[in-house]
Formats: sequence, C-alpha cells, structure tokens
Amino acid sequence: MSSASHAAPHAPTFPERVREATGESVFQCYQCGKCAAGCPLAAEMDYTPNQILRLLQLNLPEMEEEALRALSIWLCLTCETCAARCPQEVDIPKIMDHLRQESRRRGLVHPKAKDILAFYESLLASVRKGGRLHEVGLVASYKLKTGHLLQDVLLTPQLLQRGKLSLRPHKVADTDAVRRIFDRCDAAAPENKADHA
Amino acid sequence: MKLGYFPGCSLESSAREYNESLQAVAPLLDLELCEVPDWNCCGATAAHSLNHKLALALPARTLALAERAGFDELLVPCSACYSRLAATRRDLLANEALRQEITSIIELDYVGSTKVVSVVDVLGRAAPTIRAKASVPFLRKVACYYGCYLTRPASLTTCARPEDPQEMEAIVASAGATPLDWAFKIDCCGAALSVSRTATVAELAGRIVADAAERGAEALVVACPLCHTNLDLRRPAIERHRGVSYALPVLYITQLVGLALGLSERALGLHRHHVPVRFAPGAAAPAAAPKEN
Repeated sequence: MSSASHAAPHAPTFPERVREATGESVFQCYQCGKCAAGCPLAAEMDYTPNQILRLLQLNLPEMEEEALRALSIWLCLTCETCAARCPQEVDIPKIMDHLRQESRRRGLVHPKAKDILAFYESLLASVRKGGRLHEVGLVASYKLKTGHLLQDVLLTPQLLQRGKLSLRPHKVADTDAVRRIFDRCDAAAPENKADHA
Repeated sequence: MKLGYFPGCSLESSAREYNESLQAVAPLLDLELCEVPDWNCCGATAAHSLNHKLALALPARTLALAERAGFDELLVPCSACYSRLAATRRDLLANEALRQEITSIIELDYVGSTKVVSVVDVLGRAAPTIRAKASVPFLRKVACYYGCYLTRPASLTTCARPEDPQEMEAIVASAGATPLDWAFKIDCCGAALSVSRTATVAELAGRIVADAAERGAEALVVACPLCHTNLDLRRPAIERHRGVSYALPVLYITQLVGLALGLSERALGLHRHHVPVRFAPGAAAPAAAPKEN
C-alpha cells in the first residue's frame, strides 16, 4: 500500500484551527476537571470547561458543532480561574474566545445566549460610534435589541441623582480613526463584524 | 512622580467617584496623573468575545498614544481595562508580525516602551507615604476584594501569591485598617454578565458580600469599577436573591486611603454609592487589636 495517503495534505482539523488561532492545543487537557471545580459558572453550564475540551478532542464534526452550540462558551466570564489552576497550563479562556467567534460566525449561538451576545454587540456599536463607551446609549440599545425595556428602570433615578449617568456621550476627538480601526478589523473577519451595525 | 493615566469609560460616568477619589489622593502621594490624549475604550469582554483583531487594536491605540506622549508607566484603574492593555502589550511584544499588523490597523507606531500598572501597584509603592501621612487612620475591619484581573493571569500581573494575594491588605493596613482573612477575595463577581444575566451576578456577587459580612467586615474594599457596580449597585438584586439585607458598604481603595489622609467624604465621592457609607460609632477596631482568624 502506498504511504501517500497519510502524508497527503488535508484540510486543517478543528483542533488544528484552534491551535492556529490561539496557540493552544486541546490535546494537552487530560480531563482532571480542575477547571470545572473552580469555574464560578460550572453549575449553570451545559458542558463544563473540560467537557468542552473533550468535545474538541474527539475531533468529529458533530462534536465540534455541539461545542459551538453550547451555552457554556457564552457563560464563560473570562475570569481566568481555570487557566490559573490548569496543571497542563491550557489557556481555556483564549479557546473560549475563539469558540464564541466561531459560534457566531457559523450561526450556532445558543438561544439562551442571545441576550449576552446582544449586550456585546451593543457595547461595540457604542464604541464604534464615539470611541468610548456611552453607558446610557449602550443600555438603551441593549433594551431595544432584547425587548427588556423595563429592566433596571428603578435604578435610573438614583443613578441620575448621584451624577453617575452622563446623558451625553464622551467621545474621542478622532472618531474617524476609531471607525477605521473597526472597519479594518471587520474586513479581517467579514463574517464576524464587531457589532452588526 | 509623573504617570500616564487611562481612566477608561466607567470612570467618566458610573464609577466617577473612583476617578474623583484617585485624583484627590494622587497629589498627596506625590503622583502626577497625566491623562493620555484622546484615549479610547479598550473594548472589554465584548471585543475579545467577538473579534480577535479588534480586541488587540482598541487597547493598542491607547497604548500607542501613551507611548507617543512619552510616559514610562500608564496607570489603569479599571481591572478589566488593565488586563486588556497589559495582555495586548504582551501579545504584541511577543509577535513581531502581529505587532506590525496591529500598528498598521491603528495607524500609529508602537514598540511597547510604556509599562501598564494598576492602582494597587501604585498605592503599594506609596504605602510608606500613606502610613506617614495618615492623619485620620481608618480603624475598621475590612475585606479586600481583588476579583479576577488584579491577580490573573499571574504572568501578566506578577502577583506574588495569586491564590491568596496580600497587596491590597498591605495598602489598607498602611492606612490604619485591619484586613480580614476571608474566602472570596479572588472569586469572580460576574462583571461581563451584569446587564445580560443579572440573576447570575446576584448569585456570584451575593456569595462575596455574604462571606465578607459574616466575617465581621465593616467595609468591602475594591479596585475595579465593575466589581463595585456588582457589589454596590447590584445590592438590591443580591438581597432579593438571598433574602437577606446587608448594610456592608463597598469602598474603592482610593476612598479608604483618602479618608485616612484626611480628605472629605464629599471630595472622595462617598455620597455617590448605592449602599450608604456609614459605620457604627465607636465600633472601630483599634489598630493594635489581635488579627481575626
């Protein structure tokens, strides 16, 4: 039998693409579960962080999709506890970032993560516009996106009274420079436009 | 000492008392804060969750502007901004091709000469001055809360004991306070989900407030605007979630130091908190009291 088959070029596997994007190998994980033990959101997750890595280790399209459809990847707070304690020094938060981007690019975002994604998109839309985050504008745009119109309205009067809400956005002077940064980063990842603006 | 200063977006609105108290304390500690001209938002969790290049480019623009202004160090009071800026500097210094790509995206040169430092770094160095100038020692028992990014990743923060840090304890002790031993100092408050998943935050921040209160803390001390929001402004959600009310105020570490240096509550913005900053009269722990276990 020819040995050409195993040496033939192949399309990169998902673990290879994770490695390319993050520098991390999912195969470093030996499933000790220390990440899950320390993760503040493990109890709310559909897959614990080590289980997400296991799905990727299996290197099967349906398992990869299962990971990208998981709620866990959106619940991850990037608190860095898992990475700090991993005996194999796997940078799990970095992998989670990549999975979120892939999940969104491929339209696989978990239905219960829609609010989380809407918040991130609203935040980046605000920054694209003025270069700095305008909290009032962010919350207004988030409410319109999600329909949670009444959320936190009771906090508004006291925030105003305490001088903590600035109704007018603070902007950078060179808003065009910031807009060009957004445009170039969007061009580098066209399906991952930062804010769908 | 002259420091570049990147306040970040929160300090212009919801955390304005962090900015006010830092600006009030700085001159008393011989620190001159020079705001980076035309700084922009770091992009926070939103950027690194959705677009890798953007998560590097947004902090890189501010880093490049700070470098162009000639600062040796850049003080970043928000832990989340601090982490994004420090991580961007590390990533760009480690990868020349990436550095070139990002500098062309931001249209600014950047070589990484400006170091990123936190409020805890800067106040830690000033601790002897705080001790010498503490005319009104803050004689209270406090729980120092670090959250995530003041200790993690340890390679970025250079925190000596990431699982049981002591840097904030040393600062508050120099201001006369008694730092308590407690269990939740490095646990996450849930910052990124504060708006989009408030119930999760009520659970995570609730554990932190409850443990500090149960151990007899008279104040929680923080050095991050997002931690403050979740522990202070989100207190009603925490109390509803746990069915308990907590009078425990949340102080920025700059406010605690400012009180010890004799600054007024008004100048330090204590009136802007949701949880009233009040202490039981006469309940102050004497500085020489034995340390709690």
